[in-house]
Amino acid sequence: MSNPNLNWAAINADPRFQSLHKKKAIFLWGLMIFSVIYYFLLPLGAAYLPSIFKVKVWGVINVGILFALSEFVVAWSIAFIYAKRANAKFDAMAREIIQEAEHIGRIEASATPARAREPNVAVATKMIGA
Amino acid sequence: MMKPFSRLYIAIAAISLFAVSSAASAGNGAVADEFKWMTFAVFGSIIACTMAVTYFAARGMKSTADFYAAGRSVSGIQNGWAIAGDFLSAASFLGIAGLISLYGYDGFMYSVGWLVAYITVLLVIAEPCRNIGKYTMGDILAFRNDPKKTKVVAAVSTITVSTFYLTAQMVGGGVLIKTLIGVDYEVSVIGVGILMLGYVVFGGMKATTWVQIIKAVLLVTASLVLVACVWAPYGFSLPGYLQAVVNDANVQQQVARLLGGGSANMTALELGQRFLEPGLFMKSPVDQISLGMALVFGTAGMPHILMRFFTVPTAQAARTSVIWAMAIIGGFYVLTLFLGTGAAMLVGPTKIMAVDAGGNMAAPLLAQYLGGGESSMLGNFFLAFVAAVAFATIIAVVAGLVLASASAMAHDIYVGVIRGEKATPKEQVVAARVSSIVVGILAIAVGILAKGQNVAHLVALAFAVAASSNLPAIFLTLYWKPCNTKGIIAGMVIGTFSAILLVLISPNMTYPNAVRDAANKVLHGTPAAPAVTATPALKGHSLTCELFATSDCRVLHTERKAEPAKAAMPGAIEQLATLKQRLNASTNDAEKAYLATELTRVQKAHDKALDDLKKVEGKTTSIMGLEKPFFLLKNPGLVSIPLGFLAVILFSLFSKDARAEEKWDELYVRQNTGINAEAASVH
Repeated sequence: MSNPNLNWAAINADPRFQSLHKKKAIFLWGLMIFSVIYYFLLPLGAAYLPSIFKVKVWGVINVGILFALSEFVVAWSIAFIYAKRANAKFDAMAREIIQEAEHIGRIEASATPARAREPNVAVATKMIGA
Repeated sequence: MMKPFSRLYIAIAAISLFAVSSAASAGNGAVADEFKWMTFAVFGSIIACTMAVTYFAARGMKSTADFYAAGRSVSGIQNGWAIAGDFLSAASFLGIAGLISLYGYDGFMYSVGWLVAYITVLLVIAEPCRNIGKYTMGDILAFRNDPKKTKVVAAVSTITVSTFYLTAQMVGGGVLIKTLIGVDYEVSVIGVGILMLGYVVFGGMKATTWVQIIKAVLLVTASLVLVACVWAPYGFSLPGYLQAVVNDANVQQQVARLLGGGSANMTALELGQRFLEPGLFMKSPVDQISLGMALVFGTAGMPHILMRFFTVPTAQAARTSVIWAMAIIGGFYVLTLFLGTGAAMLVGPTKIMAVDAGGNMAAPLLAQYLGGGESSMLGNFFLAFVAAVAFATIIAVVAGLVLASASAMAHDIYVGVIRGEKATPKEQVVAARVSSIVVGILAIAVGILAKGQNVAHLVALAFAVAASSNLPAIFLTLYWKPCNTKGIIAGMVIGTFSAILLVLISPNMTYPNAVRDAANKVLHGTPAAPAVTATPALKGHSLTCELFATSDCRVLHTERKAEPAKAAMPGAIEQLATLKQRLNASTNDAEKAYLATELTRVQKAHDKALDDLKKVEGKTTSIMGLEKPFFLLKNPGLVSIPLGFLAVILFSLFSKDARAEEKWDELYVRQNTGINAEAASVH
């Protein structure tokens, strides 16, 4: 796997890598922003909306306790959702790129610039088939 | 090469076992003298177990990767347990249970941030770091920036953060062991130091990992047993259990004490219910958000946590390990809700505060109670077990911190900068061991020198520096193309210094005038105050005024609610006299026992106030020459984290760095795919 002579710029520009990067970025940022907002709602709510936190819902259990417990559930869910998506999707996409890393950009270097991108992908696809 | 080492190792193991057991003679802790032998038997068996693990770990250790990264052979699940063991310090395990036992809901709310912090670790840090890094944070930053410059800055920052955290752990650990079993402060600091050095120097990361795993398993087991005992009588029903908390007289009394005059016309049940509502402990929401930011962004910048991700074979294993860590850490904090409220009901806040005013002894005292009480065999066995877990906790956390600092010194500074990456594997391992010894001895020295100092703010400071200096640098170098060497250096320097400076002028420092006023209040009480009428907020109130005490803010204030007249509160001197009188006059045994614990608590507060007065005698300003805090938050995160990010961004934009740009493609591809990641070493 270790190969120092990879064409990193070509891999970065490769549509498969771009698609991995884009999907990952949207997914990760979404989860991250949601979790940060959800977390800070707890101290903000406790400070500015104590009357809502005090409303009893289940015996002596009030909104505040349920909300604090929900922070745990939300954190675990985020971890679970991320792991599931990463295991099912991101890892497979990355594996495909790793397998072909050596070939991406190699042909491009020797071929005429005009034909660079298309044949590269074609050869790469052939390689998986083989 | 291992032979002389193992002989030395056995000698050190014997010495430290002796040091710990010889301390049995000393002082008066929570464990009664007749049961001390049991405490040391439990301590001894846990230490022996970790020593054996270290011995086996040391035998297989040959390469640098073995020493720093356990040969990258730790599995995801193992690493998850080790992260939990590394992260759940005594402060979080005893401290949060204590906060809940004294302040109810606010203590529980405080614990949430420590778990949420791992979302940042999982989503943005763990996998890229595994894919890019080798042994240290410096490796990650040096990837596309000037290696020598960034390694120096990264190493200095690593050592700074670790030293703050380490000092807090050493001092906290020394005090804790003294309170629990009465061992002298200095003896326990030296004991912790030597044991930890044994693990780190001989077993490197492998032994440290196993010590952390063993500690986490012990901690979770102990908590599960205690929670089962507390919860079972209520048929494991949550509303049923919390109803009992609300109905409890100890809890109601504690709320009445916290609310003071404000509780006069509340019923007993209202008082109990108040324990489950926010606002008994946390006063400033801005401060809480600042602390939340430091936790959420700081944990991901903690060098000893980052380092754990280099021990697993792949990025997938790094992911698995954070998920396990989140399950264990989160589960543990949910358990503390029961530990804290259980201690409040069964032991009672009065007694908890009589042993330790901060509530740190809530969980150990609960264990003692559940086993059958102070004079029972099982009660003391439970207490001994929890004390031993606390001890193992301190060692496990300290070992991780020392290893992180030592790797920064040996790998980044010595091998990377001084030797220009030209050192044989053997030289590198020797350098790592020597650095560990240096850091360990420094930790012991600092621990002893800082005896009696207020170190609580050092944990907050460590997280704040990690969040303001390390995280912006790591995050932007991984995800932002224009980021470069100048940005990293400026960001880390500005982030670190602004966090430290803000803490130095914050309420965390000792302000002699305030200490004197507080101590006098404790001793002499407060005079009766007339009723206050409501006043609207004075305009001009801005965020700046919530953060800084600038001259034009002093006259401004927020809306004040009307308050009824307050009766005079008696001081400790007067209270002591009345309590003694009542104790002499009392004929009821239960009342006598209650008065006696109350007397101990007031006596402690009285002695502490006198002690405080003596400490600040003749002084009027803090070490920064301030009479009052200038920065009003206890945690600087809210200001210093944005400053750190801003500095990296601005300095990167205004400078050019060909290498940083050239290496971007490689870094970005590698962090996302794991191509060319450091592989596991095979033996």
